[in-house]
Amino acid sequence: MLAACGLESPDQLYRQLPEDVLLKRPLAIEPGKSEYEIVDYFRARGLENANGYASFLGAGVYYHYRPVLVDTVVSRGEFLTSYTPYQAEIAQGTLTTIFEFQTMICQLTGMDVANASMYDGSSAVPEAAMMAVRVTGRDRTLISRAVHPEYREVLRTYAKHQGMPVEDFGYVDSTGGIDLEDLERKLNNQTAAVIIQSPNFFGVIEKAKAAAELAHKHGALLIVVFTEAVSLGLLEPPRDADIVAGELQSFAIPPSYGGPFAGIIATKEKYLRQLPGRLVGETKDSEGRRAFCLTLSTREQHIRREKATSNICTNQALIALMATVYMTVYGKQGLRELAEQNLAKAHYLAKDLPLRFSGPFFNEFVAKCEGRRVAEVNETLLDRKVIGGLDLGRWYPELEGSMLLCATEMARREAMDTLREVLQTQPVGQAVEAR
Amino acid sequence: MVRKVSSHINQNESLLFEMSSPGKKGYQLPPLDVPAVDAAEALGAENVRREIEDFPEVSEIEAIRHFTRLSTWNYGIDLGLFPLGSCTMKYNPRVNEAVARTEGLAWAHPYQPESLSQGAMEVIAVLEQALAEITGMDAVTLQPAAGAHGELTGILLIRAYLESLGNPRKKILVPDSAHGTNPATASMVGYGVENLKSNDRGMVDPAVLEKAVTEDVAALMVTNPNTVGVFEEEIVRIAGILHAKGAQVYMDGANMNALVGITRPGDFGVDVMHLNLHKTFSTPHGGGGPGAGAVAVKGHLEPFLPTPRQRKVNGQWTHDYNRPQSVGRVRAFYGNFGVLVRALAYIMAHGGPGLRTATLDALLNANYIRAFLEKYYQIAYSAPSMHECVFSDERQAKLGVRTGDIAKRLIDYGFHPYTVSFPLIVKGSLMIEPTETESKQELDLFIDAMISIAKEIEENPEFVLKAPHSTRVSRVDETAAARKPVLRWRAAP
Repeated sequence: MLAACGLESPDQLYRQLPEDVLLKRPLAIEPGKSEYEIVDYFRARGLENANGYASFLGAGVYYHYRPVLVDTVVSRGEFLTSYTPYQAEIAQGTLTTIFEFQTMICQLTGMDVANASMYDGSSAVPEAAMMAVRVTGRDRTLISRAVHPEYREVLRTYAKHQGMPVEDFGYVDSTGGIDLEDLERKLNNQTAAVIIQSPNFFGVIEKAKAAAELAHKHGALLIVVFTEAVSLGLLEPPRDADIVAGELQSFAIPPSYGGPFAGIIATKEKYLRQLPGRLVGETKDSEGRRAFCLTLSTREQHIRREKATSNICTNQALIALMATVYMTVYGKQGLRELAEQNLAKAHYLAKDLPLRFSGPFFNEFVAKCEGRRVAEVNETLLDRKVIGGLDLGRWYPELEGSMLLCATEMARREAMDTLREVLQTQPVGQAVEAR
Repeated sequence: MVRKVSSHINQNESLLFEMSSPGKKGYQLPPLDVPAVDAAEALGAENVRREIEDFPEVSEIEAIRHFTRLSTWNYGIDLGLFPLGSCTMKYNPRVNEAVARTEGLAWAHPYQPESLSQGAMEVIAVLEQALAEITGMDAVTLQPAAGAHGELTGILLIRAYLESLGNPRKKILVPDSAHGTNPATASMVGYGVENLKSNDRGMVDPAVLEKAVTEDVAALMVTNPNTVGVFEEEIVRIAGILHAKGAQVYMDGANMNALVGITRPGDFGVDVMHLNLHKTFSTPHGGGGPGAGAVAVKGHLEPFLPTPRQRKVNGQWTHDYNRPQSVGRVRAFYGNFGVLVRALAYIMAHGGPGLRTATLDALLNANYIRAFLEKYYQIAYSAPSMHECVFSDERQAKLGVRTGDIAKRLIDYGFHPYTVSFPLIVKGSLMIEPTETESKQELDLFIDAMISIAKEIEENPEFVLKAPHSTRVSRVDETAAARKPVLRWRAAP
């Protein structure tokens, strides 16, 4: 092959590189390992993580059972090793599944159109806010403090240099739902978007309709965020929202230490041209047969460059396929039954515990540790092979001493009873004052 | 002659919604071991939906057949050469898939205690270190979710750094050969974009650059090798021009597969760059993701990296959130961890020497293709090719056949097309990147196909214009799709 190229040695393949930029030593990376050694290395790393614990963590990443069919489908090389479907004639498989995905996301969220995916829920939030800015011609965003704190951080990172001021509004101390009065006070004629999450970070189901009315009264769009997609099997979707931005991790996407996940943005038909990300549309081939292709790409960076709706390019297609298979396997009945099981488990777990908020909840809620630090309770639980709740004091000083708990269909009654017992046990002797 | 493929029956398939029938199901849930809860009572009737209108209802076998049938309508690397330039569609080793599913990794919750996350954090640390060594940079963040997300992170870092010096400056220079993500990214960070005209060798022209670099310029975003597949031979001088004016050099690492083990961006003046782990480091493209866009920086940019950073304290990994100069988070949690696992497995399988060999093979394969096709297609630039070769369709266009048509005809020969009409500076571009994982046999089949198409164009251009002839759908009407968008299925009224 070298001879065919007119070369004598492999080193001539980079003869055009200036001598002074060449790496004159081998890379300081150990020589290649066998398949067995690699499997063994990662098995050992896996064993250094939590193994054999029951976990009640949620907060944007949920433990749901993954039907076997999901990995069966996404492991097919034709899906796994294909590219973004620009060449429609040999990508009808991917294109058709994305079209089905867009449809199911619309059915779930009550929106008219949905894109083919975003990186994750957190980055879908700023993309939705940027969209609202383009639609309204205004620049200000109001976001509820009961939206996932890391999502809010991501919004601020994106907004900072785009001339998009971001302001928080509060939640009601008793219910844990958005403070509509605070929202009304902060709305003005420069507000492009109001962002709420439902169920919110505390698990509380928000009054999206009331938020929509307020936002619309001031000419702003309402963006509703979700992190727990299974909730949509049971909850009324946010039909009054203008944009829905969500995270699909619950749909058969492994927690995988925080990624890869898949986000979505769905919206009303009238805002379609401002939607970021890839879209698949139905069309015909030259002989009139139904076919699908990527469409409306004049919104995108490879055509519009610096005037694009977003710089997003490769994102999460295969992960969105996981969600598509999951939605198919559970289907209309299954997703509801699954959601009902989540509701039942979480309400069993919460029964008689000291709850911090009174608002209705789906599968997550906030419990008070009453007189103990969250860390102390969690230490006790770890000894019993249970990973307890998330310490909310980390982001909300006023919620020091409270933990966010989640119970999905995978929560076992025995582990729930252990958690309930530890949380209900009054501290012995000298009570540690909650800070 | 078409040697690689022959026709084969493939199944027709309806959309899920068209094959649904009420009451069918493909799931089983265990019996509920706690009392059922009345949803309307617990949540308020107004919060409970009646049903999910038109959601699919199919059995398990219907579900698996559905997706299996659809999969057969796709082309993938597993079926053959995928010569998409700038996309580095190399073989995706299956061991990487297996290790990403290791129970303790795949089921690790990002908020589980650090003491029970040491394995995941070790993987992140080892990968960061390997990527720093490969790029010659000082620190790496693995938080960005894909290449464009990495670009966003990198330009945010540059802005924060320049702001810390008192002036963020106003614009970013982007060569006219750049990926569209580059200018789109610059806009998202509040910078104006100035395009730089490439010289007649397809490279950044130092003289043009020298004039463009003013006190207003924050950075140059340069791809190296660039999108015409040639190494920016003046890169050291280019970096010098920017640095002399206090500007930064951003490198788009989309084409890093040409450099690993041969040269390091950190050694030729780059301040910050991203790597597409789904290109150079073989994590599967999956029909459009997931990717991972690691960002590597020189020391002066390290304080600005996204939070959290990992630190080792008393032999234990811990997350450091106390980073006052950080640009903030670019996404929740720590990045596309599952993709990172796969990339590290790839690096381990190759090792330092193997990574260099892979690079040489990638260069050899591209040059081998170029050597044979140069007689039939016009090479865009005479400069030596690195890992991809870029042609123009100018000879074929004279007969009315354009790059997009040649690409469609290539499908009939059993190959995925090359990258069509990009970069924009080459008229009717054919951008071919074979990668190192292809055998000589597969390359020869591809070369034969391309030569055969060149001859067909001379003999019967009409036939090529109507290609593909062998696919289950013929040319798809993209114009109609955009004119009247149908973006979801709806039940017949």
